[in-house]
Amino acid sequence: MDNKLKNSEAKIRKIITYVILIIAAIVCLFPFFWMISTSFKPMDEIYKMPPDWIPLHGTISNFVEGLKGANFGVYFKNTAIISFLATVGTVISSSIVAYGFSRFKAKLSPVLFMVLLGTMMLPSQVTLIPQYLLFNKLGMIDTIWPLIIPSWLGGGAFNIFLFTQFFRTLPKELDEAAMLDGASSFKVFTKILLPSVKPVMLAVLVMSLVYNWNDFFSPLIYLNSNEKFTVAVGLQFFKGSQGNVQVGQMMAMALFSLIPVLIIFAICQKYFIQGIKMSGLKG
Amino acid sequence: MKKNKVKNKDIIARRSAKNFYLYTSPWLIGFVVLTLYPILYSFYLMFTDTDLTGHGKFIGIENWVYAFKEDPLFFKAFFNTLKYVAMFVPLSLILAFFIALLLSQKIRGVGFFRTAFYIPYITSGVAVTILWGWIFQKDFGIVNYLLGLIHIKGPNWLGDKHMAMVAVVILSLWTIGNNIIIMLAGIQDIPKSYYESAQIDGAGFWRQTFNITLPLTTPTIYFNLIVTIIAAFQVFQQPLILTAGGPLNSTYTAAIHIYNNGFIYGKMGYASMMAWAMFAVIMIITLVVVRSSKHWVFYDD
Repeated sequence: MDNKLKNSEAKIRKIITYVILIIAAIVCLFPFFWMISTSFKPMDEIYKMPPDWIPLHGTISNFVEGLKGANFGVYFKNTAIISFLATVGTVISSSIVAYGFSRFKAKLSPVLFMVLLGTMMLPSQVTLIPQYLLFNKLGMIDTIWPLIIPSWLGGGAFNIFLFTQFFRTLPKELDEAAMLDGASSFKVFTKILLPSVKPVMLAVLVMSLVYNWNDFFSPLIYLNSNEKFTVAVGLQFFKGSQGNVQVGQMMAMALFSLIPVLIIFAICQKYFIQGIKMSGLKG
Repeated sequence: MKKNKVKNKDIIARRSAKNFYLYTSPWLIGFVVLTLYPILYSFYLMFTDTDLTGHGKFIGIENWVYAFKEDPLFFKAFFNTLKYVAMFVPLSLILAFFIALLLSQKIRGVGFFRTAFYIPYITSGVAVTILWGWIFQKDFGIVNYLLGLIHIKGPNWLGDKHMAMVAVVILSLWTIGNNIIIMLAGIQDIPKSYYESAQIDGAGFWRQTFNITLPLTTPTIYFNLIVTIIAAFQVFQQPLILTAGGPLNSTYTAAIHIYNNGFIYGKMGYASMMAWAMFAVIMIITLVVVRSSKHWVFYDD
């Protein structure tokens, strides 16, 4: 009797769990559905109350007009170049630096590791203005360099930390044996350590790719001319130029800008989840 | 023989040090040029009237005096930021824990749910912020239409000074997928044996949640809390794009004020001072959280 009661209680709890999770999932996904729906609607249907969930007279004119109205092709190309160069830099430099932290010792290495962790707490606003003035002095404003160079100089404390943690779990005997066989320390890095942390590499790669694709603040500050804009800045600019009138075109272009991110996510979902889980590791 | 060994050890240590500096050099250079020097320089800039080109003179604490006495937006921006932090941080942690708790039950389709919660996070940026601007639109927005279906008159989300920040918080809460996944990993780390012995003692679901799951997830919650506080203080893109800091400056945040002063008005010195003020506030609140942690963060080992 008691058991039966408990069982039915567990069943009810399970049903409630599903109901809440399904509602939460709808809340998360519905806006995307609405973006797709709106972007295929003609103007008069967009401003119709009550709204149609699915466009009655579907049209691609929002996409055609949107692409005509702004340089989205150019923005795409710019963003792809920046994201690619920044991501390659991030993966290479953060893994190399992590190799240094995890395998070699110097008097200052523990202090420097603490400093590395400390920089994660620093709000970017504190360094922002001198960085801008520095890049300005170097004549790099309105070029892609301020968006790429930081990635090649360490690629972010968090990524270094992630690689370091995983290199530390690999037994040192492996590289010592290789060193005895005459392998250089760089060869140990590329032939032994890197291949063993492929999942971490892929996690850093996809997260950096998406981060750079979505990044709004740095391109906003460093890029001034329209033909150098990234998708994020271009979208904001497009919104400003259209007011709130061309909702259909805005939704179409917003959707368009998300396609690369969604494709990367669809293919590499596993690595995103891994990367996020790793970021929550204690220590 | 012994001397030789010592010498060998010395050589190894020296080689190790050499390699350490060699391999960490990209970060070391980056740290000195893009972090350390900027910190020191921005500290100096705070006491100058430097403009966008980098020229300016020392003016003492005039920037501070201006901020406290004349700039009507200085306190407003900080107050708005605090308001955002006070709403977003607790809500995001509670929501993330709650959803992670549900996901950790023996349910089907965890992968689907995880993906659904994660997609808003990875797409978060200008595109989805613009999308939410349309969703919150007062006359044709879908939120107010749905509220109308249950006979609630939807507010003018983005045009009402009391609602605009709420809209920014809702949009931000929509993108907490990463927090959920981190929380879920934390919950799944808890050894099953704890629950088994609790079940033998007859503890029900809620008692298990409050006596086992919640205390053992506190290290993860603590980690999320600090990261979320630091990020929330820098909130910029959502209020800038959704409401442009309005209406009546009700979503005008500290980060927007820094951006406007530095890059729109070209007051780099003043913007540096704002950045340090923000840093100080973040530091104080983080320290309070760190101090408090020994009373509520529970380490299993």
